[in-house]
Amino acid sequence: MSFSTAFDRLPWESWQDLTHTATAASVRASLEGAGPPMTRFARFLSPAAGEALEGLCQASHRLTLQRFGKAMRLFAPLYLSNECVNNCKYCGFSRDNPILRVTLTVEEVIREARALKERGFRHILLVSGEHPRFAPNHYIADCIAALRDEIPGIALEVGPMEEEEYRRMVEAGAEALVVYQETYDRSAYAIVHTAGPKKDFDWRLDTPERAYAAGFRRLGIGALHGLSDWRFEATALAAHVDYLQRHCWKSQLTVSLPRLRPHAGEFTPFTQLSDREMVQLIAAFRLAFPDLGIVLSTREPAGLREGLIPLGITHLSAGSHTEPGGYTGAGSGNLHRTKRGRIEALSEAEAGHQSATGQFEIADDRSPEEMALVLRRLGYEAVWKDWDCALAHPSPPP
Amino acid sequence: MSAPLVIAGRSFASRLLVGTGKFASNAIMRDALEASGTEIVTVALRRASLSTRPDAFADILDFIDQDRYLILPNTSGAMNAGEAVRLARLAVTAGLPPWVKLEIHPDPAYLLPDPIETFRATEELVKEGFTVLPYINADPVLAKRLQDVGAATVMPLGSPIGSNRGIETRAQIEIILRQATVPVVIDAGLGAPSHAAAAMEMGADAVLVNTALAVNGDPAAMARAFRLAVEAGRSAHEIGLAPTGTLASPTSPLTAFLSPGPS
Repeated sequence: MSFSTAFDRLPWESWQDLTHTATAASVRASLEGAGPPMTRFARFLSPAAGEALEGLCQASHRLTLQRFGKAMRLFAPLYLSNECVNNCKYCGFSRDNPILRVTLTVEEVIREARALKERGFRHILLVSGEHPRFAPNHYIADCIAALRDEIPGIALEVGPMEEEEYRRMVEAGAEALVVYQETYDRSAYAIVHTAGPKKDFDWRLDTPERAYAAGFRRLGIGALHGLSDWRFEATALAAHVDYLQRHCWKSQLTVSLPRLRPHAGEFTPFTQLSDREMVQLIAAFRLAFPDLGIVLSTREPAGLREGLIPLGITHLSAGSHTEPGGYTGAGSGNLHRTKRGRIEALSEAEAGHQSATGQFEIADDRSPEEMALVLRRLGYEAVWKDWDCALAHPSPPP
Repeated sequence: MSAPLVIAGRSFASRLLVGTGKFASNAIMRDALEASGTEIVTVALRRASLSTRPDAFADILDFIDQDRYLILPNTSGAMNAGEAVRLARLAVTAGLPPWVKLEIHPDPAYLLPDPIETFRATEELVKEGFTVLPYINADPVLAKRLQDVGAATVMPLGSPIGSNRGIETRAQIEIILRQATVPVVIDAGLGAPSHAAAAMEMGADAVLVNTALAVNGDPAAMARAFRLAVEAGRSAHEIGLAPTGTLASPTSPLTAFLSPGPS
């Protein structure tokens, strides 16, 4: 049974009840390990747990240290294309947004990757809008294959594919797949995804399982906070983790807990997740799922990131750009608008633009070098390389 | 002075092996290695540069003096025998010694070793001339099968990697120790010097520690403590512990009058 089949039969009411009725005593019992992971997780989200936040964080820090040590894995996103066939109200790349678009050539992607490698990164997340014509699957496979001899760890965050297509990506050299459900709330999902293949909630929900079947080693999932009640989103994400840990047992799982950031378009988040609630959320994930990777991006501001790092974070991005060509200026000669799938050249007045539009604004713009120094100050070693695609691939690509 | 540890014909004065993951910096790791007195250091190949070109962002090997320590590449990250074998070969190409700590743990949650893949990889790597030190669950039959196909040691776990729970597999390890013809290195879960001492008292030939040092506030000091514990445990084993019992043994027995006294 896939997660989408199991999803509607999960004991949502019972978990919701726990998140509201947990007492100081039951939170303490959960801290001592009593109960299955989902029960404990639901209790850690409760207001009672919120009142015991310092104790939760101390325990979360200890557990993270024991399991992951004083090492922080660093990565950077590399945007291939901001063309997209979907309309997602919260996303700058939505097809109806009149933004400056570009798809990098494979050679430009190599330039971008080399620039990131110069700065230390050996783990790169390739990101693309979903567009079968401008950024088709064979193009993405070509980008992976072109990088794999130089970049030891290649992850993908692109439109969901069939298992067979994912197999091509793994064979090309990708090791990790990231796909956020965005929101696990079916009604909110329908409201914000107004056009394009992304409208299919269940297809997206089963994406990590297809990726696992195709041979991806690391699976990243997440919920975008700002679209539905944070406790519900967190519970659903945890249920997804719990499911994947049982069914996709050979994969290393990571979660991301991004909050909506300003972007092109005029969407106002439906809900808020406060800093304090975010802290509680990270501690809850760590305490209920000790081996789970937790990713923190540059969406969050510098001060908050430093505070969150010891609480359970295992993977950190740094110096990120969310526009294609952001690291080298690649693609600036091909900027255009795309209207109904057609490229429209920029007017003469606009021709001076230097770069494509980013997906969202980043809040921590410190360089990778600065981040490594910050980590050292906090007592962590920046780990740039923690994978080698030679592990999974017998020979260089043809 | 205790007898040396001999693995594949090579002698080591120290019976403490040290892993290099999870440290707050490579310099702190280097100091801990020094304080531990170790002569065998394991390194995860996925963290090292596997090309012959130096890489400042994957330079963990630069902090381990290869004249002083035997670098034992480990295959952590490999999910099956094929991947582990490939990694071991790559390590040799990158200039590392043909020794390999075989770690194949497909389940990232508990990092428990896959016995089937570990056996297959050991067979293959031994044939290719590697000195193979396989990490295994505390399974006495598997240990015998591995030594039969040429493993240089067996490395049963005390408890899961990084758990710091000590020797929870004691009964099985005792069987392995009784039966082994190759050195037995207790590999994972040793969280305190007392755990290491207990392993050595039981008759283990060596122990491997990592997390207990790396996440400590003072890794070098803790490394020293482990060094002393390993030495103490080994000495105690060589001397032989006094037997234990549940009843007290009086120093003035009640039947003393039965012994013939001076006439």
